[in-house]
Amino acid sequence: MSESLSMAKAINLGLQRAMRENDKVVLMGEDIGTLGGVFRVTEGLKTEFGENRVLDTPLAESGIVGTAIGLAMRGYRPVCEIQFDGFVFPAFDQIMSQLAKQTSRHQGDQSFPIVIRIPYGGHIGAVEHHQESPEAYFAHTAGLRVLSPATPNDGYHMIQQAIQSNDPVIFLEPKARYWPKGDVDINGTPAPVHQSRVVRTGTDVTVVGHGAMVAMLLDAAEVAKGEGISLEVIDLRSLSPVDYDPIIASVEKTGRLVVAQEASGNASVGSEVAATVAERAFYFLQSPVLRVSGFDVPFPPANLEGIFLPDVDRILDAVDRSRGY
Amino acid sequence: MPYTEATLQLLSIDGTLVESDRTAEYRALVDKLSDVQLQNFYREMVVTRRFDIESGNLQRQGQLALWVPSLGQEAAQVGSGFATRNQDTIFPSYREHAVARIRGIDPVAILSLLRGVTNGGWNPNDSKFRLYTLVLATQTLHAVGYAMGTVLDGKSGTGKPDVDEATIVYFGDGASSEGDSNEALVFAQSYQSPIVFFLQNNQYAISVPVSRQSRSPLYLRGEGFGIPSLQIDGNDVLISYAVTKVALDDARAGKGPRFIEAQTYRLGAHTTSDDPTKYREQAEEDLWKERDPISRFEKFLRAKGESDKFFAAVKAEGEDLAANVRARVLALTPPSTDVMFDHVYTDEHPVIAAQKAWLAEYEASYGGSR
Ligand SMILES: Cc1ncc(C[n+]2csc(CCOP(=O)(O)OP(=O)(O)O)c2C)c(N)n1
Ligand SMILES: [Mg+2]
Repeated sequence: MSESLSMAKAINLGLQRAMRENDKVVLMGEDIGTLGGVFRVTEGLKTEFGENRVLDTPLAESGIVGTAIGLAMRGYRPVCEIQFDGFVFPAFDQIMSQLAKQTSRHQGDQSFPIVIRIPYGGHIGAVEHHQESPEAYFAHTAGLRVLSPATPNDGYHMIQQAIQSNDPVIFLEPKARYWPKGDVDINGTPAPVHQSRVVRTGTDVTVVGHGAMVAMLLDAAEVAKGEGISLEVIDLRSLSPVDYDPIIASVEKTGRLVVAQEASGNASVGSEVAATVAERAFYFLQSPVLRVSGFDVPFPPANLEGIFLPDVDRILDAVDRSRGY
Repeated sequence: MPYTEATLQLLSIDGTLVESDRTAEYRALVDKLSDVQLQNFYREMVVTRRFDIESGNLQRQGQLALWVPSLGQEAAQVGSGFATRNQDTIFPSYREHAVARIRGIDPVAILSLLRGVTNGGWNPNDSKFRLYTLVLATQTLHAVGYAMGTVLDGKSGTGKPDVDEATIVYFGDGASSEGDSNEALVFAQSYQSPIVFFLQNNQYAISVPVSRQSRSPLYLRGEGFGIPSLQIDGNDVLISYAVTKVALDDARAGKGPRFIEAQTYRLGAHTTSDDPTKYREQAEEDLWKERDPISRFEKFLRAKGESDKFFAAVKAEGEDLAANVRARVLALTPPSTDVMFDHVYTDEHPVIAAQKAWLAEYEASYGGSR
């Protein structure tokens, strides 16, 4: 059964299904109950599951993640919502020093199946702290798994897979993609959660991205096609671990790679992908791996977001440079 | 009920002064206010509200990304704002538009923030009104650190009225739950910093009622940390002025931190992205409309004999400001791309220089037509 849904609605249904299947799944966050979340991703869930399973918490991110860790110690599977990307940092200590390390500290005696949902990324013209891409901090940190769906179908399935994971998962929801609709295969079997995916085949240059960048790459591929250039587009889906095999296979075919991301480039997920491909596919590469990233500056005022964020032109500029070698 | 036994009030809802032993000290201060000062209280409340409404309109017309109304909270802000001295430093949250105006911040500077032109908007070293802070409660620690510096500088407790400084920090009922605001109370009390915590309890943190943040009145939070704390009727501009004035005087005198919880109500939405009908009843809003800070103060001034002419003039001033702000907001131009690079670091930085140069070259390759 396939339905056309927005990603916000698809994640909502995924949460609902996970909660129906396992009564240890509890949601925690600011404004997620009565209001249904500022993006309405948890709409209706408090009505169905009650306030003991959908917690409108006090306004304290460290408190949310810290108490989620305690709940997990009693066998709960908390799903925390951080309201916006820029507000995860008050919880940073609990995530980095506690959540990420608890599993190894307990040496197999306890697992920490906690999901932290974070709407992230730009393109919404918002004020400071509402458009950031903090994925590199989490991907850098051992003990965390990091996912980012790019489509409603992945939103629906990956949130359930994240909840089923026995490890902590940072679940990054690209807020620019919350509203566009796409087909969701409600009862279908999902792909393995850490698999990257070729979403458009091509022959000239491989372009890789995640989250909202995937739609941008597909737009770029369409424009490139008009110029007679064939791009192969890969959606990472999982940022930690990254599934490199499809990327390597693609680069073996195209010989060229451009990695695109909204985040600043310095020490980023894109840097890691570029380095790994350079290591593993060196003899297949016909040109240096190029990155297209946000500049290494704080996310600027909204008037400048269109300059800060990579767009189709900047992606194609990199494609041209890659082909120019 | 938000108002408790502890709530201090001078001006009742019907605009008459209430007598009580507990407020005698504050009443004496208010009795000393000149007619001009009282007029200014009224003027700032009315003009700020008019500005607020215009800003909401600008947002609806697509001229601002967002608007954060202060509607209903004017008395808490105007009273406390006028209680500061020029040498005092103010750390706002993001809703203190009336305090900003009192400190001479151009309202258009606030709107440039919400139009996406800047992440700052004014130079706080000139106004001693620090920048708006969007990550909740973080400014409470900055304010305490600033106040700690006041002591290190020998600018508190000297007894010289022009030398001694205090700091006041604004935060909300929601922000009171963050670790930072609790740590701020610890530091302030430990170092006996000259700071006043001014908590505007507008009953909500977006949709979440204050009862989720605390089961007991929030002024007890300050008390629990050992800081002398009071709860006031935040819709009474006179008590807001007088209690804040005494608290700031105490802080300047080196008596340590003070904590004020102002009971008020956010009459509008949290921001223009919010829909309050999802989480609160009309009856509650109606109840608070009866407690409106402006109408009660107007009754008070009229009873004192203030003329129709004055009220008409203030109204006209509000209209003028609204028109002026609208025109200047529409004329705001997007910042140059240099803004993104130029002040990321204070000292030169090779990455910034390289990326700035790269962008310039890249844009030029499009003939500057992008
Ligand atoms: C650390 C952090 N978490 C979440 C938010 C999102 N947010 C913005 S305002 C707000 C509610 C704040 O409530 P309160 O402190 O009572 O201030 P008010 O808006 O009522 O003036 C929330 C949750 C934020 N800005 N910062
Ligand atoms: Mg509030």
